[in-house]
Amino acid sequence: MTILQIIFLLTAFLTLLAALRVVTSPSMVHAALWLILALAGVAVVFILLNATFLAVVQVAVYIDAIAIMIIIVVMLTRGAVRGQGHTVSKTWWAAALSALVMLTGLLVMLLQAPVRGALPPTLPLDQEAFLERLGQALVDVNQYILPFEVASVLLVAAMVGAIIVAWPLFVRRGEEER
Amino acid sequence: MIPLSWFLIFAALLFCVGLYGALARRNAIAILMAIELMLNAVNINLVAFWRYLGPEAVSGQAFALVVFAVAASEAAVGLALMISIYRRRHTVAVEEIDMMKW
Amino acid sequence: MHIETLIWLIPLPPVLAFAMIVLFAHRSNRLSHFLAIGSMLISWGLAMVVFGNAVTTKDLGHHPFQVSIPWLPMGETAFRIGVMIDPLSAVTLFFVAWTCLAIFVYSIGYHNFGKPRDPGDRPGLPPHAGGIEPMYARFFAFISLFAFGMLTLVLSDNLLLLFIGWEIMGLCSYLLIGFWYGKPSARDAMVKAFMTTRVGDVFMLLGLAYLYSATGTLSYREILFNEHVLSALAATPSVIPVLSTAGMIGLLLFIGTVGKSAQWPLHVWLPDAMEGPTPVSAMIHAAAMVSAGVYLIVRFFPLITAGWHEGGALTPTMTVIAFIGAFTALFAATIALAQNDIKRVLAYSTISQLGYMVAAVGIGAFVAAAFHLITHAFFKALLFLGSGSVIHGVEHGARETGEHLDPNDMMNMGGLRKKMPITFWTFLIGGFALSGFPLITAGFWSKDEILADAFAHGHWAVFLTLALAALLTAFYTMRQIALTFLGEPRTEAAKHAHESVWTMTLPLVVLAVFAVGAGWAGIPEHFPVIGGLLPNWMHEFVSGSLLEHPEALEFNPVPLLVSVAVALGGLTLGWLAYRRVPAGGEDPLKRPLGPVHTVLKNKYYFDEFYAAVFVRPAYWLAETFTYRWLDRGVIDGFLHWVGRTALRVGSFLRNYVDLPIVNGAGDAVGEGVKRSGRIIRVIQTGRVQEYLIIGVVFAGVLISYLLLLRP
Repeated sequence: MTILQIIFLLTAFLTLLAALRVVTSPSMVHAALWLILALAGVAVVFILLNATFLAVVQVAVYIDAIAIMIIIVVMLTRGAVRGQGHTVSKTWWAAALSALVMLTGLLVMLLQAPVRGALPPTLPLDQEAFLERLGQALVDVNQYILPFEVASVLLVAAMVGAIIVAWPLFVRRGEEER
Repeated sequence: MIPLSWFLIFAALLFCVGLYGALARRNAIAILMAIELMLNAVNINLVAFWRYLGPEAVSGQAFALVVFAVAASEAAVGLALMISIYRRRHTVAVEEIDMMKW
Repeated sequence: MHIETLIWLIPLPPVLAFAMIVLFAHRSNRLSHFLAIGSMLISWGLAMVVFGNAVTTKDLGHHPFQVSIPWLPMGETAFRIGVMIDPLSAVTLFFVAWTCLAIFVYSIGYHNFGKPRDPGDRPGLPPHAGGIEPMYARFFAFISLFAFGMLTLVLSDNLLLLFIGWEIMGLCSYLLIGFWYGKPSARDAMVKAFMTTRVGDVFMLLGLAYLYSATGTLSYREILFNEHVLSALAATPSVIPVLSTAGMIGLLLFIGTVGKSAQWPLHVWLPDAMEGPTPVSAMIHAAAMVSAGVYLIVRFFPLITAGWHEGGALTPTMTVIAFIGAFTALFAATIALAQNDIKRVLAYSTISQLGYMVAAVGIGAFVAAAFHLITHAFFKALLFLGSGSVIHGVEHGARETGEHLDPNDMMNMGGLRKKMPITFWTFLIGGFALSGFPLITAGFWSKDEILADAFAHGHWAVFLTLALAALLTAFYTMRQIALTFLGEPRTEAAKHAHESVWTMTLPLVVLAVFAVGAGWAGIPEHFPVIGGLLPNWMHEFVSGSLLEHPEALEFNPVPLLVSVAVALGGLTLGWLAYRRVPAGGEDPLKRPLGPVHTVLKNKYYFDEFYAAVFVRPAYWLAETFTYRWLDRGVIDGFLHWVGRTALRVGSFLRNYVDLPIVNGAGDAVGEGVKRSGRIIRVIQTGRVQEYLIIGVVFAGVLISYLLLLRP
């Protein structure tokens, strides 16, 4: 058992624990905080996978943006969930069952993969050079410019959509207030 | 030194936890959080395969980046929807948002 | 213009008049009678021209005026119909034209033309106060049609056209007897007349068909003037072995005559037919229609007598005919003795005289039968018209005095000779002619001829019967004259009677001339003193219709004396008995005859007999059997059953098939969809999480299938 393995195990355990707490925590703020912990754990796993850039992106996007956003929204919608007992719906058993089934399936599938016991090959490039290559690939006409651009368009659309959807009870022409 | 299967198992577990949360939680935001977990699991999978099967290609990470972007945008829109729904119906319990009921 | 063209034009004017009156002229009485009289005048004129030509043509019998057209195409040939003038039809045409014209003119006065319409009169009933007949135009239309029918019959050259005319006259007789249809007695009489003659007509039609099937033709020339055909028909036996084909056909045709000429046993309709207006009685029942019956057997004399030789034994058919004729003559004469209705006496007299003619044919006296037919038409028409004049006079008198009495009853008359002289003298002439008053009346010559023929050929039964009938004829005729004209008026109405208008008396005079003079055309050659002065034109001319001219009879004083004796004797007895019958007095004949008189008065109860034997069963058959049992019971019962069954089937189908199965299926589909929808709907909770769960489950199933079951 190498150091990395131990670190990985610890991180994995922590992350899974945090994830469990996310889905079981009655308080939304607690769940959000546990989410942040889980996301951080994932970032560590990225580092273990030598995807340092992605680890940074993970922290910057997920934790700094999304999790904070979630917290803010939780706080905006607090009045609704206060005093409600259940955190799970009536059919949680079906959800659990399907999750278990999915898990079983996935495990069966994944463990059948012939490369499951593979060990990581050596990195051909160091991080900087790889990052440069990644950046260039994203804007290279022959490579991944299309998904890049589409992703940006998606972000813009999401941004605009989010603004409009969340506009405060804006009464448009012909639309009635419910 | 860490076998690939560990990462895969981890990702699978994380995914299923998120799945359970998405299907079972009453609060809409909690569902969103669970979805984030699922997306993260996917990312882990992607990056693990990139690292173990083709670290010289950038496609793995590029794919993961796109997933990030998508996740972010989806979270944003989803939360905006939550707010809008909360404003109109004063609830974020998905049980009560059943206007598509027969 | 050819004489042949004129012939077929003769019947046309009356039928045109009929059509015009019916279609538009009926609104004007004057126009109607003008059309009718005018058309009859034209026909009369043409008839006279034709007759003149006919009598001046040599050997008309062998070369009659004839024209025919192919009418009914049958295969290669065609059935021809046409017109023919031979001696028999020429003389018949003569008297028909004269009598019809006289009667037409008489009708104007009879129906009170010129008098205003009485507002109390209704169509269908005779005018009760001397106003003009409400259905004046209709009458002239009908008699025009009748004239057409009679002329067609006379001029026809084949049996079919004769039959057509026969039936037209039957129709007109029906319509005219029941002219005053408002009277129930008239209605009954019209039906009785039609039905009774119909019985005869059926047999006649059978005879016609038999003749056609036996010879293939109905034309007179081809059958009656053809020795081969006649002898063939006489030789072959008919379906009844006793009779030859000729005899059978003759018998069947004769039955038609029995009906139409009111011989016993089909005589019952003629007395009742007196319900019609008097011109109708005169025309139809004296001059024309009943004469047509005799005309038929006279025309078919060659067929009836086929196989008989003059002087030989009578064929069975001839025997039957002679018997019926003689019997009817006597039978009717006895009934006439006891009748009080002036017209009824004449009706029975007509039946009796027709019996004479029929008997004449039966014994083979062709010319005598034709001769008597002609003379009888004249004097009988005269007598009927005279009786009509008398009735009018008495009615007028009754109106003046306000009496209610039967104007036809002779017991209410008397002494009318002073009030109605013209009527009296003409009636007297007619009555004497009927009685056979010697020498000066036509009836004498024709009746004597028949008696002479019967005597000469040794038909004693016929001779005696006819002689007795002649005695009775003279008796009741004098009775009639005496009761009506002689003595003193028995009622106030008779006292106030007056003579009729000129339109009524002129025809009487004309006919009286013929009643006297027509006989002189047939004076036998060997008659003492005057025989030979005038040629026996009748015999010479009419005999031409036969293939072989019958021989003129040898003169024999016996029948002559008998005939004179019965005529004068009967007249005298009648005068003696009836010249002084007081008002309210009973019939002088009643006491001596006693119960026989009642039998005679009731016409031997034949009407009652027929009613019980024929009429009531017929009614039963119609009302009970056919209507109630068959029509209502069987047919309607079947229909009702069909209806009920259809209804039951329908309701069964509705309740057990349509509602449960068809409706049920439809409802089940709908219901099923609703229920299944209600069940499935549960999935649509509106909660996305649950949808997702389902999706995940399915995805899992699919993936596991792909992974595990398919390598």
